[in-house]
Amino acid sequence: MSKRYIMGNEALAYASLVAGVDFVSGYPGTPSSEVIDTLRVIKPRDCHIEWSVNEKVAFENALAASWCGQRALVTMKHVGLNVAADPLMTAAYTGAKGGFVVLVADDPGAHSSQNEQDSRCFAKFAKIPCLDPAGVQEAHDMMVDAFRLSEELSLPVILRPTTRICHQKSDVELGNPENPEGGHRKGRFQKDPRQYVVIPAHSRLLHKRLNEKQTEIVEKVAASGYNRYHLEGPHGVIASGIAAAYVEEILPPGVSFMKVQAYPVDQEQIRSFVGRHMKVLVVEELEPVLEEQARQADSRIEIHGKLDGFIPREGELSIDLVDKAFGMAGIGSQSPPADMIKKPEEVPMRPSIMCAGCAHRPLFYMIRKVFREGVYPSDIGCYTLGLQMGAVDTCLCMGASISVATGMYHAGEERPIVCTVGDSTFLHAGIPPLINAVYNGASIVVVILDNRTTAMTGHQPHAASGYTTGGEPCIPVSIEAICRASGVASVETVDPYDIHSLQQSLERAKELQGVRVIISRQLCVINARRAGVKRGRYMVSPEDCTGCGVCVRFGCPAIEKNGDMAEINELCSGCGVCAQLCPSAAIRRGR
Amino acid sequence: MRTVVSIGSDQEGTLMEICNVLIVGIGGQGVILASNVLGEACIHAGIPVRSAETHGMAQRGGSVDCHVRIGSRFGPLIPKGGADILISFELLEALRFRHFLRRDGVMILNDLMVVPTSVFVQGLEVPQREAVISRLEGEKYMLIPASKLAEEAGSALTQNIVMIGAASPYLPIPEESLLEGVKQTVPAKTREMNTRAFHLGRTVAEEKAK
Repeated sequence: MSKRYIMGNEALAYASLVAGVDFVSGYPGTPSSEVIDTLRVIKPRDCHIEWSVNEKVAFENALAASWCGQRALVTMKHVGLNVAADPLMTAAYTGAKGGFVVLVADDPGAHSSQNEQDSRCFAKFAKIPCLDPAGVQEAHDMMVDAFRLSEELSLPVILRPTTRICHQKSDVELGNPENPEGGHRKGRFQKDPRQYVVIPAHSRLLHKRLNEKQTEIVEKVAASGYNRYHLEGPHGVIASGIAAAYVEEILPPGVSFMKVQAYPVDQEQIRSFVGRHMKVLVVEELEPVLEEQARQADSRIEIHGKLDGFIPREGELSIDLVDKAFGMAGIGSQSPPADMIKKPEEVPMRPSIMCAGCAHRPLFYMIRKVFREGVYPSDIGCYTLGLQMGAVDTCLCMGASISVATGMYHAGEERPIVCTVGDSTFLHAGIPPLINAVYNGASIVVVILDNRTTAMTGHQPHAASGYTTGGEPCIPVSIEAICRASGVASVETVDPYDIHSLQQSLERAKELQGVRVIISRQLCVINARRAGVKRGRYMVSPEDCTGCGVCVRFGCPAIEKNGDMAEINELCSGCGVCAQLCPSAAIRRGR
Repeated sequence: MRTVVSIGSDQEGTLMEICNVLIVGIGGQGVILASNVLGEACIHAGIPVRSAETHGMAQRGGSVDCHVRIGSRFGPLIPKGGADILISFELLEALRFRHFLRRDGVMILNDLMVVPTSVFVQGLEVPQREAVISRLEGEKYMLIPASKLAEEAGSALTQNIVMIGAASPYLPIPEESLLEGVKQTVPAKTREMNTRAFHLGRTVAEEKAK
C-alpha cells in the first residue's frame, strides 16, 4: 500500500486489521477513542466491534474472545486500566489463547485526563510485556507484533501509545488488511478448569508458571529488536516513547543512544550500554522506569534523569526540555540563548467552554439558583466545565460523584448535596454508588445529565443511546427504570431547555428526603445539529434591551455585549433559554 | 534548533531543512482541516511530515493550535522560537502564539478579531483591532482579508483555504501538490470553490509581498 497521511489512532486501527483482529471492545477515553471510531467507519466483515459499558467489561469480553481462540483487542485510556485492573491482574495468570492486545493510551501533560499515571508500571505490576512506540509508523508496526508476541507467550500484551502518538499525524506506510494474518477465526472455548478457574489451588500454580515465564518474556522482547543502541563516545542517552523522537532530532554527533520501545528491558542490555559510558542521561515521560533500571545496572556510572531533576518529574516532555537537559548534563545543547525567544503575550483566555445551546448550562445555572448553599460533587465529562459556573466542587474519577455525595452526607455535611453525573458515566460506574446510596440511607440529590451520548470523547453511542456501535437501532436501557429499581425515593425527568419546569423540579427535590434523582434530558447540541434539528436563531430587540447583563453573565458564547446592549451572534442554536431568562422579554425568536 | 533532513529516496539524499508551520485559530474555524491540506500535499510531493493537535476539551470557541513540521521524521511538536511560519486565523491568537515564531519567521494573519466570551462574562476591557495590530510591530506579518476573499470564492467557510493559499508562497511544497491537498481534504462538492479560495489567497499574498 502507498503512504497515507494519517492519525496515530487510525494507523493503529488499520494495523489491527492487518494483524487479523476478530474482536474489538473498549470504552471511549481521550486519547484512545479514535481506534474504535475508525473501525466503526471501516466496518470490517467478520469482526465484532463494540463500545462496552466500561473498561472492565470491555476487557473481560475481549479476554473471553481470546480464550475462545480469537484475536482480540481492547482499547482504553490510562485511567480506564484502573477500572480494568481487576481482570488484568488475573488475566496474566490465566493467560491468553488467541492474541490479546490491551491498548492503553497514556496522557503525559494530562491534556484531557485527571492524572498522569504510567501504564508501563501496570505492565510490570501484572508481569506482562509492554510496547511503547516512538512514532506513528512504529505504532502501526507494533500492533502486528503485539498480537504475535501475545500468541507466542500466551499472555496479554499492553500496547501503550501516548497522546503525542495517538493524535500525531504522519506519513505512514500501511500494511495490507485485505489478507489478514491467519484469516478470520470462529471462537470456541476449550474447557480447562486448571487454566480458567482461579480457585486458590489453581492460582498458586498459575502464579508460579507466570513467574517462570519471565525469563522467556525478557528474551522474546529482546529478540523483537525494539530495544537497540549504537555506541559513539563517552556520553550516552537512553530514551523511550515519544521522548526518543525528541532525542533523535537533537542528539549531538559523538553521543551514544539507546532507544527503548519494549518492556521488560533486558537488564544485561542496559548494563552493557551504561557500563560503556562515563555519563548517561535517561529521557522518559512520566515515571523513571528506565532510569531506575539504569541506576541499578552500574552504580559507578554517572546517571542523570528525573531523580536528580535534569528531566521534569511531571508533565509532558518537548524538544525544548530535552535540549535543556542535554545542556545540564554537558552533552551539547543547541538551544538559542533565552533572550532570542520572545515572551508569551498577555491575551484574554479562550478556555474550553460549554457550547452555545449546551443543555448543561441552564441546568448548572438553576442548581446554583435553587441550591444556593449546596455542595456539588460532579464527575467526568463535558459537564465538568460546570466548574466555570461555580457548580462543580469535586471531580475524582468515573462515577465518583454519587459516592462522594454519599460519603459527605454520612460524614455529617448539613448543606444540601447535589451531585451531577452524565448518562454515559452513570452507566459506566454510577449505578453501584446509586444503589449503595439508597441502601445505606443517604439523603442527596442526583442529577443525571442525559444527552444520549458520550459527548466529550467524540459522541460515541452507549447503552441508552438507542443505537449500536455499528449504528443499528436498538432498545435503549431506561435510566428511569434503573433508578426506580434501585429504590430511589423520587425520579423525575425534565427538559433543561424549559427552565421554569427545571426550576420546579429542583425545588420539589429540595423539599424531599432520601435519594432523589432528576434526569435532565436534552440531546447534545452538536448531535442535534448533525441530526438536522433546526430551531432558528434568537435575537435581541434593541428597543427592549435594558443592558442589565443577565443574559451576558449566563456565559453562552452566542451572547455578546455590544456597547451597553446584548447581541446574539451566529453561534446561536435556538435553545431559547436566554429568552426565558431575560427580565425584559427583549430576546425573541428571529425570523 | 535547525534540523536538516534528507528527503526523497535515500539514494538521492536531497537535503531540506524542516519547515515548521504553526496554524492557530478558534474551534470551528477549520484549523485542523487546513493542517490536513498541508499533510496531504506533503504525501503528494513525497515529503515526510509530522503534525500534532491536542484533542479533548477543544470545543467551539476555544483556542486551537496545530503544529505541522514539513520535512520532519522526528516528533510532531515545534519548539518555542522554532516556527518558520505562523498562520493565524484570528488576531488575538496570533499574539498568543507569537513566541513560537523564529526571529525572522513570517506571520500570515487573517484580519479578523473574535472577542473571547470570557471578556464579556468577566467584564474585561474589550480588545481593539488597531491596538492588537500595533503590538505586532517589528514582526514580519501580512494581513489577509480572508472573510472577504472567502465570500468572493463562494462561501465564508473557505476562509481556511484562503489562508493556506496566502501562506503558500512561503511553503516548501509545490503549488500543484498544495492544490492536490485541497482536493483531497475538502468535501467533493466544494472542491472548485475551495480551489478558487486558494488562488485568491495566493494572489493577494503575492501582491502584498511585492
